[in-house]
Amino acid sequence: MAGLLIIGSSQAGVQLAVSLRALGYEPEITLLGDEDHRPYQRPALSKEFLQDKITKESLIYRSQEYWDDHRITVVKGEWIERVRSDEGGAGVAFSATGREFAFDRLALAVGASARRIDTPGNELDGVLYLRTADDALELKARVSEISNVVVIGGGFIGIEAAASLHSMGKRVTLLEYGPRLVRRAVGEQTSEFIRAHHASNGIDIRTGAVAERIVGGADGRVAGVVVAGETIAADLVLVGVGVTPNTRLAEQLGLEVENGILVDRYATASDGVTLAVGDCSNLPNPIPNSPAGERVRFESVNHAIEQAKVAAYAAMGRQEEYGGMPWFWSNQGELKLQIAGLSTGYDRVVDRSPADPNKLSVLYYRGEQLIAADCINVPLDFMMVRQALTKGVNLPAEEVADPAVPLKSVLTAHDNPAARDNPAAHDTQGK
Amino acid sequence: MSKVIFTSSEGAVTEVQALPGDSVMESAVRNGVPGIVAECGGSLSCATCHVFVDEADLAGLPEMEEMEDEMLWGTAVDRQDNSRLSCQIKVCEGIDLHVTTPSTQL
Repeated sequence: MAGLLIIGSSQAGVQLAVSLRALGYEPEITLLGDEDHRPYQRPALSKEFLQDKITKESLIYRSQEYWDDHRITVVKGEWIERVRSDEGGAGVAFSATGREFAFDRLALAVGASARRIDTPGNELDGVLYLRTADDALELKARVSEISNVVVIGGGFIGIEAAASLHSMGKRVTLLEYGPRLVRRAVGEQTSEFIRAHHASNGIDIRTGAVAERIVGGADGRVAGVVVAGETIAADLVLVGVGVTPNTRLAEQLGLEVENGILVDRYATASDGVTLAVGDCSNLPNPIPNSPAGERVRFESVNHAIEQAKVAAYAAMGRQEEYGGMPWFWSNQGELKLQIAGLSTGYDRVVDRSPADPNKLSVLYYRGEQLIAADCINVPLDFMMVRQALTKGVNLPAEEVADPAVPLKSVLTAHDNPAARDNPAAHDTQGK
Repeated sequence: MSKVIFTSSEGAVTEVQALPGDSVMESAVRNGVPGIVAECGGSLSCATCHVFVDEADLAGLPEMEEMEDEMLWGTAVDRQDNSRLSCQIKVCEGIDLHVTTPSTQL
C-alpha cells in the first residue's frame, strides 16, 4: 500500500502525521520534507536559537524512535519537482534526486517561502533571509564578524531578529516601509508600544522608510543601505518582508489556488480528496460569526496544529470543526507578546495595561463582543481572554477596563454553562 | 542519563530516558508521551505543558520565576500547589523526576 504522502514536514505536516496515528489511521504515512534536517520547529530560529540559548537539537519535534514506533516514514532532503495524481486522488510525486513517492492520498503541508526583495543590490553577499534552519545557521555563522545590521521589514521576523541581534551587541537599524510595526497583526497602540520599547533600548527604528538601494564594498559584500538619501552602514542586511504560500504543486495538480491552496472547512482542496494544511492553505474563516464566504490564510503554529487536526479527521472520513480560537506569540527581547483571537474589524479598544511601562494589555471589541487581545508581559490577561474566546463567553467592555480587576473574576461571573455557545470542538489528549 | 516518569491522569505510566539539560517537556514531547502538548515549543507562552510534580521531587526543583507563576493561572486544569510548566523544569544528571499530567492541556 502506498498510503498517505504528506509533502512538507514542518508544524502542519508533523501534526497531521501525529494526529492521524492518534485517531487510529492504519495506512502507511510518509512525512516528506525538502530540508535536509529532521522535522523541526521554526519559531525559535529568530529568538533563542539565534541568540545561542538553545541547541539545534531542541528544535527537533520527535525522536527517530517515535517516528518508527508510530510507523511514520520520515524523508528529508527531497525536493518534489513534480506530482501527478490520478482518479480518486492517488498518484506519484517525483523528487529532484530522481526518487518516486507513490501515494493513495496526498496532503500538502508545503508552507510558504520568504518573499524576496528586488531592491538594487539585493544580490550582494550578506543580504539574508530567515525562514529555515539553514538560514538561521548562516546568520549565526556571520554574527561574530559583523557589527552593523540593517533589518528590512517591521513584522514579527524583522523585530524578533532585530531584538535578538541587538541583545547580542549589534548596532541595529530596522526599516519598515509602512506607517507602523506589525501592521497586519496588532492595533496601533500595540505597534507604538513595541516601537517605543525597542527604540528606547537603542534599536534605530524607522517607519515609512524604504530601502532604495543596497550598496556593497570592493569584496562584493554588503556595506550599506540607502534610505532617503542617507547611507546606513550595514555588514549584514536581514530581510523579513513576509512570505508567499507555496502553491506550485497544487497548481500542477489543477487545484484551485488564490493566496494559497483553497480548501474547505475540512482542509480538503478543490479536487475533494487532496488535503492542504498550514501556511500554504486558504480556508473559510473558522472564527464563529465571521462574514459568510470570508477566507483567510493564517501564518501561525496554532493554526497549523488546529487545521492539521481537522485534516486528520477528514482523512478518517469524519467532518470535525476547527477547534479553539487563533492565538499567537512573539518574544522580542524583554517583550513577551501574546495575541488571543483576531483583532481585524475591531471598533473599540479597552486598555487595561498595568502601570508598569513594560506591560500592555489591550482588548479589542466589535460592538459589544470581545474579539481579541494584545498582551505584552501580562500573560494572565492573555490566558483569560483566550479562555473566554474559546468558551464563547463575552467579557463586557465596562467590566474589564480596570486593571485591578482580574479578568478571571469577570470570566467566572459570566461563564454560565447553560448560556454558553459551542465550546472548543476538540479535547484531544496531548498527542 | 536520568529518567522522567510520567503518570497520566488515569494512572498510565510512561518512563523516558531524559538527557540532562533537556526540559521535562522536551523529554515528553520528543518521545510522544501523551498528556503534554507544548504548543509554543517551550517558550513559556502557552501553558499547555502543565504537570503536577511529585511532592518528593518538588522541593529539589529551583523556584519558579514570575512569568511561569502567572502562566500557571491559565492552565486548562486548575493549578495546584505542586503545579509547574514542564518546559521550565530542567532534567539534572542522576536525578529522576516523577510527574503527573492533567486530564487535558487544552
